[in-house]
Amino acid sequence: MTIAASATIAAEGGEGFHAPGPSIFDLPPVFEIGSLGVTKPMLQLVLAAGLVFTFLYLAAKQRSLVPGKLQFAGEGAYGFVRNSVARDIIGSHDFQKFVPYLVTLFFFILVNNIFASIPFIQFPTFSRAGMAYALAGLSWLVYNGVGMKKHGVLGYLKLQSVPSGVSPAMYPLLVPLEFFSNILVRPVTLALRLFCNMFAGHILLVLFATGGLYLIEHVGGIGYVAGPLAWVLAILVSFLEILVQFLQAYVFVLLNAMYIQGALADEH
Amino acid sequence: MKSLVILAAAEGEEHNPLVPLWEEVAIALVVFGILFFAIKKFVAPNFEKTFVERSQAIEGGIAAAATKQAEADAKLAELEKQLADARHEAARIREEAREQGAAIVAELREQAQAESARIVEHGKAQIEAERQQAVTSLRAEVGTLATGLAGRIVGESLDDDARQARVIERFLAELETADAADAGKDA
Repeated sequence: MTIAASATIAAEGGEGFHAPGPSIFDLPPVFEIGSLGVTKPMLQLVLAAGLVFTFLYLAAKQRSLVPGKLQFAGEGAYGFVRNSVARDIIGSHDFQKFVPYLVTLFFFILVNNIFASIPFIQFPTFSRAGMAYALAGLSWLVYNGVGMKKHGVLGYLKLQSVPSGVSPAMYPLLVPLEFFSNILVRPVTLALRLFCNMFAGHILLVLFATGGLYLIEHVGGIGYVAGPLAWVLAILVSFLEILVQFLQAYVFVLLNAMYIQGALADEH
Repeated sequence: MKSLVILAAAEGEEHNPLVPLWEEVAIALVVFGILFFAIKKFVAPNFEKTFVERSQAIEGGIAAAATKQAEADAKLAELEKQLADARHEAARIREEAREQGAAIVAELREQAQAESARIVEHGKAQIEAERQQAVTSLRAEVGTLATGLAGRIVGESLDDDARQARVIERFLAELETADAADAGKDA
């Protein structure tokens, strides 16, 4: 309803409502170091790393057999990724050495995503594509590297590309497809899934917030009803976004664990 | 609103959001890398050690409890065995005592019977002796009386010892046969 209203208003012209576009993600540098403009998402990355490390470090440091509150929370957080992601998917034989990587990945992404819902920050770090690309590229290197280390380069490519239990007559069709999906597409989907969710969620929130303000300020009449309604929707969408922020961090780590498991497996 | 529009316009060309800025890729990798090494070095080992210690503590507790349980079971079995031994011993002693008691009673009874037999025997002997004595003294007395009486009746002195003795003997023999005949009649 609000969208329809704003669309008609925009069509009626005049000054009109400028819907938020990709440009709202291009923030000016907060300060500059040499030629590098340090932007808000860059600072958020550092802040997130600091928060994650401080929390986990303080919780882990106590090493009490009967944990206090902080240690209990830290163990719950660490144990969640360690047990229900790393151990359950990679298997109890190999999972241990991937736990630090997966734990770091999960909490780094989670905190950066949740920044989108923290007052005064309110910007999802991974709505900057480059940052999502960085983590997806790293994941690609990790799971392929792990596989090649275990099976050798050719053995690993065979593992990922040649499906077992299929008649060789189908190989010309399946091998390129498998190679494409397992080696080439995975990092792209990883990156785009995270990036697009954060990007779209933020645009949606900005749209509801600025649209509501516009309806109240410039439309009058029905705008006094529609504007606050848009804000209510913005609040509801915010809760949805918190769920999405958690889910995206979880899915990213889950897929990383599955890719590593697939690379370590003995059969395709 | 206005200021935003003006800002976008001033920047000129729209930046395609899918095209990465390479400094962002680099800074994300660097920050992630630092966080990863920090967690690998300072966080994960501590958590893992705590988990291991905790599970060891729990397993140790369970093992200690199992040992205690086994000890208690052994002790209980031992005590039960001791108790059974004691019961057995008690039964044996009771049996023995009963046997001994029976033996003592039997012995005493035997003794008492022997004693009573002895007393009865002794009594009989004494009676017999007294009877003999009585018979002897009676015989002497009866002899004297009879001779005295006969002497008075006959007027003849019977003081002569030899004759006197003969007369008495005869008299007594007659008396005894008469007694015996009486006894046979009575019987």
